[in-house]
Amino acid sequence: MDIPGLFNYWIVIFLMMTGFYVVIARGNLVKKIVGLNIFQTSVFILYISMGKVEDGTAPIVIEGAKGVGAVYSNPLPHVLILTAIVVGIATTALGLALIVRIKEAYGTVEEDDIFAQDEAE
Amino acid sequence: MIAANLPALQIVLPLIAAPLCLLLRRGNLAWALALFVSLAAFAIAVALLTQVLDSGAISYELGGWAPPWGIEYRVDVLNAFVLLIVAAIGAVVLAYARRSVAQEVPTSQHSGFYTAFLLCLTGLLGVAITGDAFNLFVFLEISSLSSYVLISMGRDRRALTAAFQYLVMGTIGATFIVIGIGLLYMSTGTLNMADLGARLPAIGANRTVLAAFAFLTVGATIKLALFPLHFWLPNAYAYAPSAVTAFLASTATKVSIYILLRFFFTVFGPTFEAEEITLNNLVVPLATIAVLVCSTVAIYQGNVKRMLAYSSIAQIGYMMIGIGFGTVTGLTAGIAHLFNHAVTKGGLFLVLGCIVWRIGSCRLGDLAGLGRRMPLTMFAFVLGGLSLIGVPLTAGFVSKWVLVQAAIEQGNWLVAVAILAGSLLALIYVWRVVEVAYLRPAPDSAPEAAEAPWSMLIPAWILIGASIYFGVETSLSLGVAEAAARFLLGGAG
Repeated sequence: MDIPGLFNYWIVIFLMMTGFYVVIARGNLVKKIVGLNIFQTSVFILYISMGKVEDGTAPIVIEGAKGVGAVYSNPLPHVLILTAIVVGIATTALGLALIVRIKEAYGTVEEDDIFAQDEAE
Repeated sequence: MIAANLPALQIVLPLIAAPLCLLLRRGNLAWALALFVSLAAFAIAVALLTQVLDSGAISYELGGWAPPWGIEYRVDVLNAFVLLIVAAIGAVVLAYARRSVAQEVPTSQHSGFYTAFLLCLTGLLGVAITGDAFNLFVFLEISSLSSYVLISMGRDRRALTAAFQYLVMGTIGATFIVIGIGLLYMSTGTLNMADLGARLPAIGANRTVLAAFAFLTVGATIKLALFPLHFWLPNAYAYAPSAVTAFLASTATKVSIYILLRFFFTVFGPTFEAEEITLNNLVVPLATIAVLVCSTVAIYQGNVKRMLAYSSIAQIGYMMIGIGFGTVTGLTAGIAHLFNHAVTKGGLFLVLGCIVWRIGSCRLGDLAGLGRRMPLTMFAFVLGGLSLIGVPLTAGFVSKWVLVQAAIEQGNWLVAVAILAGSLLALIYVWRVVEVAYLRPAPDSAPEAAEAPWSMLIPAWILIGASIYFGVETSLSLGVAEAAARFLLGGAG
């Protein structure tokens, strides 16, 4: 197996699982959002890695004779992921806003405490 | 000019109206604008469906860029039908929302509520109409993010935690979908779904494509709350404002089912081998368990809204059984049930909203004696309940009947029995409500309760009436569903 050649993808898997684990295992809501962020970031790297073309340069048109036959990276995944980053930021912002409201309503951001308070009602 | 641009207008109208609602600030003005726009969206959806039925699929090139490079809006029988469901439910719920929201949501948030509602509508319509896989993800997130906001506006503080839980689950689901789309792009170099469908067979089922398939399946099933990935749903539905519950219950999960259908049958194609295995060995058993387990859980709920939420998961099970069979009859049943359940459950949640409006609670015990005090409302509940059970002459019967036929066609008696058992369980949980409301006298301490206002009762009755109407007149529900099923299995490779 070509481990160095697939380095980026190993990183993606590592980050993805780390983030996923944090989301599942942590009871603190803020930490859950952090985990969710790591999880989403891994996908950004996945997309950016697949846009890489060997010996490709940044996808900005090179003027003149130097530009003839130039190899560019695939810009489409980059653009897609810009959109996904915006979505990720919106999700994080909304998640944090909800946490603020939860803190106001329950006085805590620990899942166990919130659960206990709901059970007590 | 307008006729040629209908697919774009379907999305652009609510998208532009949403921020305008926020600028209007006055709740009633925002409501009027939202209602107007949703009615327009409904009219467009009707026009699109008639156009598709007359002359076949419509392809709309956004900004004049030809597919597969540009984003294409592609309207065929299946998504024209989904567009119609979403737009119709959106319009009815908005007509209903004014009084309900006025009571359940603080005044300062009213314009924000209608903004989020319209954004959610935009997102759901967008998912249904777009022919581009990544565009689908973006619209999915628009609808999801706004639905988290809508759910968190519920009166109970548990609405906040429910919204948060949904946010985490929903984001994981959507991220899985985007990973799947990424892997597909990696192996084919295209994002247009029809183009993907044309290119994938040549590539075959290599590991990247299989991984993409797995991610897309799991992501979509989280979003549509297939058992056992349904844990976000009961709380989200139980604590959201009444109008939001009615809207999300009848549209959000249905659109997610559409996503699954689209990926399974247009992108991967019905001949994709891993898909057959997944459908037969994973989807059908899980969906059958969903029907039995969640119907049983529904019986033990003390909160009627929560009970209907569990019933929704069971009903999603019915749809997924039909889709899991992967035959024309099965798919027809699944798609027809999608429509019938949207109408029925939307109506039931609206009726429940009327009750909450009057007595401020939807705990089962508080419903005692309501049959006499709110006769029209409770009668609507009974009719909706009958459709949920699947009594003949209601919409629920039609699709369940076809579903049982599909199961027998497959020789799958176990599933056929489970479908019938699910109906019996539904009879029990609907009966519990009917018994309390009609046979138990109201306690003396009960607050005065009269009929809910007409502006709420009429929309609720429109949906309940529709669930009876489509039990008798099946050409729209069953006819279009069958056309869509044939299209999915035959037309798209």
